[in-house]
Amino acid sequence: MENEPAFFETSPTPGVVGKPLNRVDGRDKVMGKAKYSAEYPLPGLVYGVLKTSDIAKGRVQSIDTSLAMKEPGVVQILTHLNLPKLAKTPNDPEGKKAIGAPMGFLPMTSDVIHYAGQPVALVVADTFERATQAAALVRVNYAAEAPIAAYTDKRARLFNPEKIQDGKQDGYTRRGDAQAALASAPIKLTATYTHAINHHNPMEPGATTAIWEAPDRVTVYESTQGVTRTQKALAAYLGLPQDQVRVITKFLGGGFGCKGSCWPHTVLTVQAAKAVGRPVKLVLSRKQQFTSMGHREDQTQTLTLGASKEGKLLALIHEKTSTTSPWDNYAEANSKIINLLYDSPTFESHYELGRANVMTSTFTRAPGEAPGSFAIECSMDDLAYQLGIDPIEIRLRNYAEKDPSTGQPWSSKSLRQCYARGAELFGWSKRNPKAGATRNGRLLVGYGMATASYPVHNSQGTARVRLYADGHAVVQAGATDLGTGTYTVMTQVAADSLGLAPDKIRFELGDTKLPTAPNSGGSVAAGTVSSSVYMAAQDVWERLTKVAIKDPKSPLFQAKAEDVTAENGRLQLKKDAAKGEHFMALMKRAGMDDIEGSGQGKYGAGYETGRPSNPAGPQNNTESEAKHSMHSFGAHFCEVQVDPDLGTVRVTRWVSVHGAGRILNAKTARSQIIGGSIFGIGAALMEATARDPHYARYTNADLGDYHIPVNADIPDMTVEFIDEHDPYINAMGVKGIGEISMVGVTAAVANAVFHATGKRVRDLPITPDKILSTKSV
Amino acid sequence: MNNFSYLQTSQAKDATAAVAGTKGAAFIAGGTTVLDLMKLNVENHSQLVDINMVPFKGIEQTADGLRIGALERMSDVGEHPLVVQNYPVISQALLLAASPQLRNMASIGGNLLQRTRCGYFRDVAFPCNKRNPGSGCPAQEGENRNLAILGGSKACIATHPGDLGVALAALDAVLLLENAKGKQRRVPLVDFHVVPGNTPQRETVLEPGELIVSVTVPAAAHARKSKYLKVRDRASYAFALASAAVGLDVQSGQIRSARVALGGVGTKPWRSVAAEKILTGAPATEATFRAAAAAALRDAQPREQNRFKVELAQNTLVRALLELSAA
Repeated sequence: MENEPAFFETSPTPGVVGKPLNRVDGRDKVMGKAKYSAEYPLPGLVYGVLKTSDIAKGRVQSIDTSLAMKEPGVVQILTHLNLPKLAKTPNDPEGKKAIGAPMGFLPMTSDVIHYAGQPVALVVADTFERATQAAALVRVNYAAEAPIAAYTDKRARLFNPEKIQDGKQDGYTRRGDAQAALASAPIKLTATYTHAINHHNPMEPGATTAIWEAPDRVTVYESTQGVTRTQKALAAYLGLPQDQVRVITKFLGGGFGCKGSCWPHTVLTVQAAKAVGRPVKLVLSRKQQFTSMGHREDQTQTLTLGASKEGKLLALIHEKTSTTSPWDNYAEANSKIINLLYDSPTFESHYELGRANVMTSTFTRAPGEAPGSFAIECSMDDLAYQLGIDPIEIRLRNYAEKDPSTGQPWSSKSLRQCYARGAELFGWSKRNPKAGATRNGRLLVGYGMATASYPVHNSQGTARVRLYADGHAVVQAGATDLGTGTYTVMTQVAADSLGLAPDKIRFELGDTKLPTAPNSGGSVAAGTVSSSVYMAAQDVWERLTKVAIKDPKSPLFQAKAEDVTAENGRLQLKKDAAKGEHFMALMKRAGMDDIEGSGQGKYGAGYETGRPSNPAGPQNNTESEAKHSMHSFGAHFCEVQVDPDLGTVRVTRWVSVHGAGRILNAKTARSQIIGGSIFGIGAALMEATARDPHYARYTNADLGDYHIPVNADIPDMTVEFIDEHDPYINAMGVKGIGEISMVGVTAAVANAVFHATGKRVRDLPITPDKILSTKSV
Repeated sequence: MNNFSYLQTSQAKDATAAVAGTKGAAFIAGGTTVLDLMKLNVENHSQLVDINMVPFKGIEQTADGLRIGALERMSDVGEHPLVVQNYPVISQALLLAASPQLRNMASIGGNLLQRTRCGYFRDVAFPCNKRNPGSGCPAQEGENRNLAILGGSKACIATHPGDLGVALAALDAVLLLENAKGKQRRVPLVDFHVVPGNTPQRETVLEPGELIVSVTVPAAAHARKSKYLKVRDRASYAFALASAAVGLDVQSGQIRSARVALGGVGTKPWRSVAAEKILTGAPATEATFRAAAAAALRDAQPREQNRFKVELAQNTLVRALLELSAA
């Protein structure tokens, strides 16, 4: 980081970075020109439809495809008996690691059924309708066994894992002696929280179009948050060199974590294309989406806090029990945020898992931080009421001036400003401190707030800039735009870095042929890719500087390279801006049509320590080597109106204020915070997938019965950012806002419900039945 | 979804004959239910007979009330001035249902035949007595939060999902039906749907091939002063956890006539004569409304997850009556 240029130095007054530029891909999207992964009409394309398991545990005894094969247009029906062999599967730990698979089990590698909705056959036909009809006619005979549906089942085997998430997180954490601190604490509070199963449900379901260009070369149009991770996974599955697998994702209709990994349906589609010798397209139905790409797991958290009479935390003890699959020890790491959000001298966390007949759960927007913040932020609210202290004041009394979990200073933290500005925008001072005391006619009115935080994960990526002498540029990175604005913000960064107007930039992404960028997950994309683009532009300037200082006709002839800087497309002396020239003049004179530069952008601890990380692989644990702890912080403020007789809760006002480093585009950033907050309001008030306790099968796997907020559920939302300058996190000073937008949201709503009603609902979602059945305190 | 043949006709007798005479045939109007269920393989019709051209139309005032053609669209009926002014409970029930897109397609007759949203019924991998008689009802000990507390049986507790039927049940609506022989008969809405008993696969008294021609609703003071209140998990586009269709004729604080039906809680649109008896002749007070609500839910048989509906339905009914009497 010491020798690297930084955006704030070379662009002290940004041009378009930060401005509310309209989406550069907006026109293509509304004109239907933006092509998603299921929209490539390749010659000879055939359609794949999955047949999924009716049972949740047992074996496939036989599959009768005779009726289905008689249907017109059916090309082939693939089952575990006739699928082409794979080089590796995730069914063993070595294979799982090589593939980077989200699940240690690949369906259709044997006759074993581990979960309902598991693929058992893939029908390929010349039209989608014929494939669908034939899939319905495939007869599968099962030998069914009684499944276990969740950790709550008395028969479920509960255990304390040494590690969760493939070894990435400890199953047990201890800082100081929390038990002793609790024993002597004057105030002790214990509360238990549950979180329903949530499904990501992006508007675009999982979709794969696979075409084998040669016997050992495949191209896959894939609905993924990371083309490189998918490329690596498929290469490992197929036993191909990585460069023989090309993955393309030009547009993505949302992901929220479920498209962060290469799931079984993708490799099955690639195998099917191999088997039938034609390109195959497979799109998950909405119902299949619920059992194909993971979910946020059902979970119980118990949080115990010890505090002084003044409300100062002395001890935090967190326990989580959740459902996992028969093979993996996956749990969202809820404890991480609880360990660092407030200045508690002691901390302890335990994870407990129960194996059940479900697929492995996966990261879901703010994995761990979202449900973890629900527990800590509701408990802090409890503490505030118990001591008669304002909820903001209790948080300020426990304000962490450095990261309690590591002892590191923060790279930047604007949480105080977030509280103050949020309170001002919201009118927090008008809040009656007493719960259940504010009415609007029959309705009870409540104010609630909660803190948000999300880490700057370690990541890195690369980008390429080709600058043309006629004054335009093509900028490339193998990144993904989840729909949130990557095309747009990277265009802005390139424009300012190259001194060009945004309409002179074409930004290309979503192809493994382009320089490698990280998965768009963990909020790393904006910070990593913007830094890569910026560094690639700097590389172009360095190269052009070398040309200029050797060119006798250049005003910079024989200048020292380190004395030259680029501003607004001009190369000029740092100390004498008048001495220099525009790159177009220089390149024309030198007879150069174009010049190319490439750059590597580091993000997070890797930027500060200089240690590389693998952008597509698991993140290296270099956080502890960094001098700083790197996090975004924010605060949500919520007003609800609750009908005490009917149990309905409506969010009527919303304010979010975040400090998240440099904001690249005021409009897309605001939209992303709004989207994340709505995601959280959904989790708070309505989202819940119901799994039958006896059949371990979902009973509401469609968007009519799995409720997400509609427009009528959402009020106008106020979003602001604290101007925050962080030189430690990356060259752009960008932290990323994909997930912090939903951290703390469920707690802000629950706290508002408590303030309105005096009812503390600790089981999400807060539906009318829970309002009616919960007693006021 | 299976392959099917498709027939379009503008003649009711051709349509009814086609469905009565063809095994596995079914009518299609707006298609919002039948296509959904066919995509789920819950229904597997060999032929769909499109009746959209059949002239079962009209929203009109008759000598003794309102007549609605069965093929009118939900949105057209819900927004019709005659319905809005003289039968507000019908308008409100329609416009609080589904989404604008669905209301623009779905017909009145089809809406009354909408099938349950019970998750066990809608997924062919589960046993379900309604879909596959005798296979069992996992909902009884399973995910039954949304299911019925009134009119259920050991075989089935699936909720009638609609709103319109609840409003029509309250207002003494009568359906005109026509069978394949061209014979017409009139059936009160409250007798049109049947409780599951031991035959949950049978949901109405419709005979094979029989069509709903029209709905008539008698004019009445309690129809003009009527209201639909719907409580659900989100503000729009969700089925009722509980709903109440109420009509009141109040003179000098005394209730002269009252109509009460409940939705979201019954296996069919749930008219409560017991509640009406308590209301009729009594003062229009909250105490009266509370007593009526208690009577309406007296026979409730909740399961583990839907116990809250007993209280919620009473509160919904009381609130509807309070708001209506104050209006």
